[in-house]
Amino acid sequence: MGLGDKMQKAFCSMCPNGSCGARLCWHIMHLILSMWFYILGLVFMFESFLISNGLLKRYRTLNISKVQYLAIVIDSEEALQTLKVLNLLRWLAAIGLKSVCLYDKEGVLKRSKQAITERLKSEKRFKEISTSDPLHDEKGMILEFISSSDGKEAVARAANFLLEKRYSSEIKEKPNFTESDMADALRAIGYQSSDPDLMLVYGPSRCHLGFPAWRIRYTEIMHMGSLKYMKFGFLVKAIYNFTMVHQNYGT
Amino acid sequence: MENKIESYGSSLVSHMRRLLFRVLSVGPIPNHIAFILDGNRRYAKKRNLGEGMGHRVGFLTLTSLMKYCYELGVKYVTVYAFSIDNFKRRPEEVQDLMDLMLEKIEGLLKEESIVNQFGVRVYFIGNLRLLNAPVREAAEKVMKATANNNKSILLICVAYTSTDEITHAAQEAIEEKRGEIPESSEASMAQNGEISQEKHEGHRTIKLADIERHIYMGVAPDPDILVRTSGETRLSNFLLWQSSTCLLYSPKALWPEIGLRHLVWAVLNFQRVHPYLEKRRKQV
Repeated sequence: MGLGDKMQKAFCSMCPNGSCGARLCWHIMHLILSMWFYILGLVFMFESFLISNGLLKRYRTLNISKVQYLAIVIDSEEALQTLKVLNLLRWLAAIGLKSVCLYDKEGVLKRSKQAITERLKSEKRFKEISTSDPLHDEKGMILEFISSSDGKEAVARAANFLLEKRYSSEIKEKPNFTESDMADALRAIGYQSSDPDLMLVYGPSRCHLGFPAWRIRYTEIMHMGSLKYMKFGFLVKAIYNFTMVHQNYGT
Repeated sequence: MENKIESYGSSLVSHMRRLLFRVLSVGPIPNHIAFILDGNRRYAKKRNLGEGMGHRVGFLTLTSLMKYCYELGVKYVTVYAFSIDNFKRRPEEVQDLMDLMLEKIEGLLKEESIVNQFGVRVYFIGNLRLLNAPVREAAEKVMKATANNNKSILLICVAYTSTDEITHAAQEAIEEKRGEIPESSEASMAQNGEISQEKHEGHRTIKLADIERHIYMGVAPDPDILVRTSGETRLSNFLLWQSSTCLLYSPKALWPEIGLRHLVWAVLNFQRVHPYLEKRRKQV
């Protein structure tokens, strides 16, 4: 057996299923991908700097009236960074947003609600949304805090509401519940009906993490990266990009 | 001679693609990929094609993507072929789309179709009562003909929206529970005109599992990647219930322009975030 054959045999013995070449190529592909995202991250940081300092003309004025309702989805582990969440809300208020819905899957933001709202109420720019029809303060931002229990579980509760309605009806035939009935049932049991126009996702991946399905039919979903590295300029860019979108709603 | 070169070239491309898939398979491969086929009309306008031609080219793209997915080892492929919202389009356009759908659905039954090539079981998902009779019957025929296939699954969402799916599932759950209530109890409740707390507690309430049992897409696991082409970042009422821990990918290319490189990019991105998404998926 020649030296080359012995070396090949030794090499193959390290990878019993003979996939070393494939494994190496896979790692190289992912290394290139990671480098690409790193470079992209640097470009975004620079762009964010330029936007924050008003050096890019098109981002200087935003048509903020197009964003009637903004959803912020944060990964539950990242949502523990309450100071970052507070900063984000201050930025949103500074931009001029009127209604913001904060969501994380596990309910971390709900548990931090009191700490967040007390801190912000002292700045007199915020008003927490209640289950009853909120009074709209022209000067303040309205905040809503939700979690996954306001999603699928809410639909099950709405179904129970409709079931009770079905019991109390004397009609024997099978009623045909419509989407409108479902929406009314959700509202009747206290779930907010406004659909966000735009959703900004803070976390490792572009994923809505179980935000109430009923409310995101036509919501634009943008990934903002990790909350830890959030940038004001990037936030402005995301909102600007949204204001440029045209929807035809399937027609 | 030219045919030989073309055949050799095609074989080489196929071989290279298999090698690429072998490399990708070192990491986790998505079990289910869903596609929103957006951009057919814009493609036709961009290329100065006749009306409806964008959708025809889009269908060729669909068969290519399906082939790549099944070769890669993706078991479930879902496509958003026609939304309930699309019925709001001009009647002539809707009719053209229905005619195209009928033609392509019937084509699925042919011997040389991708369905037979890959042993694909086909499901048509949505409120099929909204479709005209020929399309509905063709869809039912294909579902029956492919019922024994089990290598791969193709879910074609037609006359579908998530909110309609959720409403339908809730309705079915309500009727199921309604059927469990004895008639005597119901009669007394109707007389009283109200539900007393004690009587309500005596009856089973609808749980989340009851709703999920009646969801149209219950025949497949939740998608791992949801691709919407044309750079649009919304889901347009598609798989909203199922996409909680699904990577959303929005390439700028129009649907007929989508190719292998976009699929590879989507899978690489999926592999990057797979540990995170798996962790979130396991958290109930």
